[in-house]
Formats: sequence, structure tokens, C-alpha cells
Amino acid sequence: MSQLEVPSVGVRRGPARRPRPSAAQGGGSPLVYAAALLVVALTLGPVLYAVLGGFRTNAQIAQSPAGLPDPWVFDNYRRVLTTSTFWRYALNSTVVAVITTLLVVVLGLMAAYPLARYRFPGREALYVVFLVGLLFPATVAIIPLFILVTRDLQMGNTWWGVALPQAAFALPMTVVILRPFLMAIPDELEEAALMDGASRIGFFFRVVVPLSGPGTVTVGVLAFVASWNAYLLPLLLLQGEMKTLPLGVADYSSQYSSDTAGVFAFTTIAMIPALVFFLAMQRRIVGGLQGAVKG
Amino acid sequence: MTVSAERVTGVGPPPDPVTRPRPRRRPRSARRSVRTALEVLFFVGPALALFLVFVVWPIIRAAQFSLYRWKGFGPLTDFVGLDNYSAVLHNEVFTDAFAHNLVIVVGSVLVQMPLGLAIALLLNRRIRGQGLLRTVVFVPYVLAEVIASVVWLQLLQPEYGVVDSLLSSVGIPGPEQGWLGTPDYALWTVLVVLTWKYLGLAVLLFLAGLQGIPADVVEAAQIDGASWWQIQRRITIPLLGPTLRVWAFLSMIGSLQLFDMVWILTGGGPANSTTSMATFLVTEGTKRHNYGIAAAASVILFVVALAFALLYQLLVLRRDTHDLSRLARPGSAR
Repeated sequence: MSQLEVPSVGVRRGPARRPRPSAAQGGGSPLVYAAALLVVALTLGPVLYAVLGGFRTNAQIAQSPAGLPDPWVFDNYRRVLTTSTFWRYALNSTVVAVITTLLVVVLGLMAAYPLARYRFPGREALYVVFLVGLLFPATVAIIPLFILVTRDLQMGNTWWGVALPQAAFALPMTVVILRPFLMAIPDELEEAALMDGASRIGFFFRVVVPLSGPGTVTVGVLAFVASWNAYLLPLLLLQGEMKTLPLGVADYSSQYSSDTAGVFAFTTIAMIPALVFFLAMQRRIVGGLQGAVKG
Repeated sequence: MTVSAERVTGVGPPPDPVTRPRPRRRPRSARRSVRTALEVLFFVGPALALFLVFVVWPIIRAAQFSLYRWKGFGPLTDFVGLDNYSAVLHNEVFTDAFAHNLVIVVGSVLVQMPLGLAIALLLNRRIRGQGLLRTVVFVPYVLAEVIASVVWLQLLQPEYGVVDSLLSSVGIPGPEQGWLGTPDYALWTVLVVLTWKYLGLAVLLFLAGLQGIPADVVEAAQIDGASWWQIQRRITIPLLGPTLRVWAFLSMIGSLQLFDMVWILTGGGPANSTTSMATFLVTEGTKRHNYGIAAAASVILFVVALAFALLYQLLVLRRDTHDLSRLARPGSAR
């Protein structure tokens, strides 16, 4: 059951998804609903508390920690949204994530293509090189990476300095997810294209790229979210106004730890992009993760 | 350990569906194989270059640094052999950090497995709002670990935080220094926040596993008069074995790399009671500029993770070939 799961993640679309949960049984007794409600409360509670806390004053929070905004205060959010540092951090986060995603998708797709569809000596060995990369988390290489980027390449405190290593560490996973996708493209298509006079490079750009949409989106979404949430590498590489949102949030939280309402407002706004992105791409993220695990 | 993709990275590759070399079409001329080689270079070259420069090279350098005493300036000259390793392994801060990682590894699996399973079974029932519930459960996983930690840091403020005030309203006073400020509780508090953050992933993966369980087995059991609970215990959970094992593997590898959350919540304190191997090596590297020590610690971290991965593969995941055959013949699943 395992090997074909990964390509099916993206190829499957819309209503053609697999039939409803097989093992689903038992309806909803009041007890079941109560349990579900408890799960929701514990899961969403802290998030909602932060969102609402942003609408309160510090005095309100101190007086009744578990209370609701009364009256609603918009000042905290206004303050965050009118500071230039917030927008600067958001810009940095966006640019770094976009560069990372583009690198991962373009280079990953290109690398996966010959690894999937060419026959040449050493193909499996080359694939194994990427596979081995799965074993190395960025944490292990973080100190030399820091030295490489800041000293040898003089790219410390730049967008590219963060995006390049992030993309490099995301490549193994990308190649592993995309290769079976590209293998699943029928040989007949390739033969037809070659007969019509296309080169294999032409086949790549005209047939493979358009056909690999779903897989590419999955890989891209995973790369984007990972970059958007990344902390360790930016922490070592970015200072001052090059910081990304997670760094900004952490800074704000440690500098103004007594400004609880301000911290809540800042974190709430900082989490919105990831949440919106997630809701929009939910099926891709979920499918990607499930596919990766079932592989 | 920013997880999203990385956590997943631990999984072995899906075996190729179509690796078997197809015998037809042998390259007819040398020119053609040169052309193939150039095309391969064109396609794989850029990715390979990026990978070699930013993944392979730093890792080689880490191994190299670990053999020198080096403060970060001047050439690498002060070769000290394995002294850094011995220093790290004799450093109580590191051995404690290692122990903390183990507590998190074991604690995460022991807490999240039953909880995740319970929630997944709950969500797998036919209840209203199921889709919405799934989305909700997954929300904490999508948030950056930093954001989750900053929010929890506020919730856990001693005395004035909402956690303490809720607890004291039911008669449980929080510790004076706060849950994160008391050495005896701090690591467990980190584990609680970690559970909140990552439980959604477990639920999601378990649900996917549940949906792979063939309906006819369950129906047959229902016809035979099995209760809901009997079905879960005798059929669903055993059949979920492979999913549970792969999830546990991912969770372990992630726990070994724990960094972001500790860094924000406690910074490793109080009194080094929450350090992890990753916070140790970052502190040594960036704050004390002991690059040799930091590199030795990162090599040890890698070896530990590798040992875990290999042992797990050997002892646990190996059974999955067996499980797969059981899945194929569901009738034999007791």
C-alpha cells in the first residue's frame, strides 16, 4: 500500500477522493460531543485567548485574567500595525519564504526529472545522495552554516543568506516526494512527444512541468510554511531590520514581557498569514504530510 | 526543529514504484550518452550544487571543527583530537541536556499516542461538524513554534497568567516562581506545551490511517455483534500499527532536535533544568564561541539521532512488512 501513496496525494483531486472513512462507526452521543467540545476548547483556547487579549488593556488582563474584553480596545492592534518594524519584518518573512519556495520548487522539479525518467549509470547513486540528506537536520550543521554564510559568502543578514540554506535542506524531501510523481507520467506521453520531434528538455518544459502541478504545489506549500515559521537559522543570520516575523515576535515578547496585551496583539497579527495560508491550502498541507508519512 | 517539513523528513523514502530497468532502448552511440550526461547535468546540477554547498559542506566542516580548539578567528591549527568530545561528554550541562531530550522523546510518545488515538477515534465517528473539528485540531501545528511559545509564555506567567488564575480558582495554587520558573516543573511544562503544539499532527496522521482500514472488516465485526469498543481494540488499533510506528519515529526525531520552544519558553533555565542538546550547542557556538565544543556536540546529536533511527528501523519498523501482509489479508487480523 505504501509506495504509490505519495503520488496519489496530489493526483487525487476534488470529489474523486477515496470513499468515506471506512472504519467510521458509532454516531454522536452527547458524551462524544462533550469530549469533542473539550478538545476544541483546549486546542483553540490559547489561540482565542491571545486574539481576545489583544483587544484588552493590560489593566483588564491583570484584574481578571480569564475575562473578556470590556470595553474592547483597538489600540494594541493599531499600535502594532502602525509600527514600521512590523511591516519590515513581514516583508522579510515574505521575501525569504518566496525565494525559498521558488528555489525548492524549480530546482527540486528539475532534479527529480532525470532521477525519475532518465536511464543512466549512477542514477540510483545520485538519488541516494539526496536521500542521505534526509538524515541531516539543519540543527546539526548550524554552526558551520553560520560561518559559511556570514564569513565565506558574506551573505549574513541578507534574504538570500537565509533562503539558500533553507532551500538546500528542503531539497531532499522535495526530490523524494516529486520523483514518484514524475515516474507516474505515462511513457506513452513521452514517446508521443519525442516522435513529434520534442527533445527531452522540451518534454520537460511542455509536458512534465504542467502535469506536475499538484505535486509541485504540495512541495511548495510545505517549503513556504517551513520557511515562514523558521526560527533557528534566521536567529543566527539576521539582525536589525532584516529580521523575520518569528524573530520580531520573540524580541517583542522578551523586551516588553510586561505588556501582555501588546504581545498578544503582535502574535495574533503575526499568526494570521500562516493561518490564512493554511486554511486556503489545507488539503495540500494535510495531503503532503500524510503522503510523506505513509511512504 | 521548525517542524512542518523537517519533522517529516525523518521518513524513509517511498521505494520506487518503477525502478526496474527497462531492457529496451540501449543508447546507440557514444554521442547519445554524452548528450544524456549533459542533460542530467543541466537538470540535476543546480540542485546538487546547492545541496553540496549548504548541506554536505557544513556537515563535513562540523566534523572537522569538532577536532580542533577554535574560537572562531584565525586558521584551524589547534588540533586536539577527541578532546572536545570528551569535554562535551563529561560536561554535566550536556549530559543533562541529553537526559532532557530523552524525557521529551519518551514523554511525547507516551502522552501523545493515547491522546491522539482517542481524539482520532472520536473524530472518526459520524458526528456533525467533523470537518471543522479536524481543521481546529490541526491549528496549533500550523502556528510557528515561536508564536505558540510566546503565547504560552504569557499564559503561564506566574500568578497573573490565565493558567495560574484558573488553577487557583479551583484551589490549585501555582508554584511561586511560575511553572516555567521552578526547576522541578519546568521540563514537564515544556512537555505540556509541546503536546499542545504537536498533538494535531498525531491526530491527523492517525485519522489518515483509520481511513485506510477496510470497511468490510469493521462491518463483519458489527454483524457479529461486536461493540464499538471491541472493534477499536481488536481491529482498528492493531491495524493502525504501521501508522503509529511511523508517527512515533517522526516524533522522536523531532524531539531530539528540540530547540525553538525551549529557547523561547525558558532559554534552558532555570538552573539548566530544560536545556536540550540543540540549545547547548547553539549556546556554546554563538554565545561562548567555543566552535570546537559546539561542533562536537552537534556530531554527537547526529550520532544519537542516527542510532535512534537505525535501532528503531531494526527493532520496530521491520515488523511492518509483516503488518502489511496482515493488512492485505484483513481476515487474519484477529
